[in-house]
Amino acid sequence: MAKPLIEIRDLHKAYALDGVQIPALQGIDLAVENGEFVAIMGPSGSGKSTLMNIIGCLDVADAGSYLLRGQDVTRMSTAVLAELRNREIGFVFQNFNLLPRTSALENVETPLIYAGVHKKERRQRAREALRHLGLGERLDHLSNQLSGGQQQRVAIARALVNRPALLLADEPTGNLDTATSTEILALLEALHRDEGLTIVMITHDPEVAARAQRSLLVRDGRLENSP
Amino acid sequence: MNLSAALQLALRALWRNKTRALLTTLGVIIGVGSVIAMLAIGTGAQQRIAEQLESMGTNSLVIRPGSVTRGGVRIGAGSSQRLTPADADAVAELPDVVAVAPSVQTTAQVRYRGTNWGTAIWGITPDYLVVRSWPLAFGEPLTQRQVRGAHHVCLLGQTVARELFGLVNPVGETIVIKNLACRILGVLTEKGATARGSDQDDAIFMPITTVQRKLKGITHIERIELTTAGREAAFRATKAVTRLLRQRHQLTDDQPDDFRIYNRAELAQTSEESARVFTWLLGSIASVSLLVGGIGIMNIMLVSVTERTREIGIRMALGARPRDVLWQFLLEALLLSCVGGVFGILVGLGGASAVAKFSQLPVEVTPASVLLACLFAGLVGVFFGMHPARKAARLRPIDALRYE
Repeated sequence: MAKPLIEIRDLHKAYALDGVQIPALQGIDLAVENGEFVAIMGPSGSGKSTLMNIIGCLDVADAGSYLLRGQDVTRMSTAVLAELRNREIGFVFQNFNLLPRTSALENVETPLIYAGVHKKERRQRAREALRHLGLGERLDHLSNQLSGGQQQRVAIARALVNRPALLLADEPTGNLDTATSTEILALLEALHRDEGLTIVMITHDPEVAARAQRSLLVRDGRLENSP
Repeated sequence: MNLSAALQLALRALWRNKTRALLTTLGVIIGVGSVIAMLAIGTGAQQRIAEQLESMGTNSLVIRPGSVTRGGVRIGAGSSQRLTPADADAVAELPDVVAVAPSVQTTAQVRYRGTNWGTAIWGITPDYLVVRSWPLAFGEPLTQRQVRGAHHVCLLGQTVARELFGLVNPVGETIVIKNLACRILGVLTEKGATARGSDQDDAIFMPITTVQRKLKGITHIERIELTTAGREAAFRATKAVTRLLRQRHQLTDDQPDDFRIYNRAELAQTSEESARVFTWLLGSIASVSLLVGGIGIMNIMLVSVTERTREIGIRMALGARPRDVLWQFLLEALLLSCVGGVFGILVGLGGASAVAKFSQLPVEVTPASVLLACLFAGLVGVFFGMHPARKAARLRPIDALRYE
């Protein structure tokens, strides 16, 4: 059997707050296979955001090991972590996090700029990614001229444009109305089903989590299988 | 991230805040402009001084008799009578010497018809005016024949010509110097005052022999002016002349020189040195404003980094390395300072020509000063842009993403 995409063992992380160490993660073990769609749930303060940041290589753990596609992430420099994020991980955030006053096309191009892709190819691939998500008519709209659902689609196009191994979605429907939420979730499901995309989604909503193949619960810095 | 992409990003970011970018650039424009204008004024002054020194004859030496001691009494400078026409001829043979002009001087009352005027009378040879680089305004120059024959002829300085003749052309007229009737050959151009303030145009020039024999009754000479090929040659010639004259005057090692040598190149060096100091002074004052412009850049870049913290976080999540973020902000600062530099050059050139027009001061913009200002503007950009750029690059992605 192939190695899992994400292999986390006994992960610990604590934050210093006013000089006091607050434990956020206290021994997490997690494996995510290629092509899985996993939901991670948990009440606020449970440590799920910390876990998400570490999985996304935005932060590093204090102890334990994290292998992403077999690469040990724990001892990488900030520059190498940046390259890893660029290559392997696509982010979708609750509040979309599009670059302000920048067109949809340029937003989607941004990861390719840091990947060193040439301008012509960059344009081409960004355009394709947007068309693929049904935004072919909105290429030159600035991010604030788009609706919430459209913004999240641009964010998904941006996350996928550099063909990452993992899509990391942090409350992707948190800022959307019910209809749009359904639409975005359907899109994620379709990407998973039709293109074999690995998705790790963080949510506090059990209904949203139910769309995933497997859902896990973070409680007090530890992971439990969700009932 | 390649350079053209980074440049595009930087340009776009600046374009979004046009007014802010313009005002920030203005600081650099004023800084670079004033550096160029000030250096132009300084260099202009330097050149004018150089020209004035040139008209004095910077490569020239003046030999004057020294003091003699009679019965323990040191009579004072100029009292020696041991400088002779033969000394002048011997000095002329030295390798670094180009031209030699011996002279004697007296003062006399000069009469022409009803008027009279007391003035300096110089006995000279034809080479004298060459050595002093002092051309005739009109008339004929002195000839060797007139010197050999001690003819009664003379050239007038502008002041004397004006005092005795007013607006009338004096060439061909005869004036009486003491009791000698002299024909006027020509009039010299205006030379102006010496550095000490005495009027060089208040003088009459005659053959040296005429003044020696008919006016003073002496055979020695009172002054030898000589020119050399250049400034270095002037210093070499000073040593050579000293050696030669000591030998000719049969001075033993324990006797002091009985002549004095004044090296104008030395004077020139001092004046030029002070002009250079003046230029640097002006330049440094102006660079203070460039410095202030640089601080303006740093200020605005710090504001920009804070405002765009979230954007930095997004970029980092999407794969921007610290280096990419550093370059993005450094390039913005560099663009501000370089654009400021280019417009500053134009402002500086304009300012310099305005100064030249309204103040009549000589102004000289040198390529070196433009280059210096450019370099300085670039350095200001790097120096003051580095701190904000590093601040941006050092942000942690999670903190930057969470920033509100």
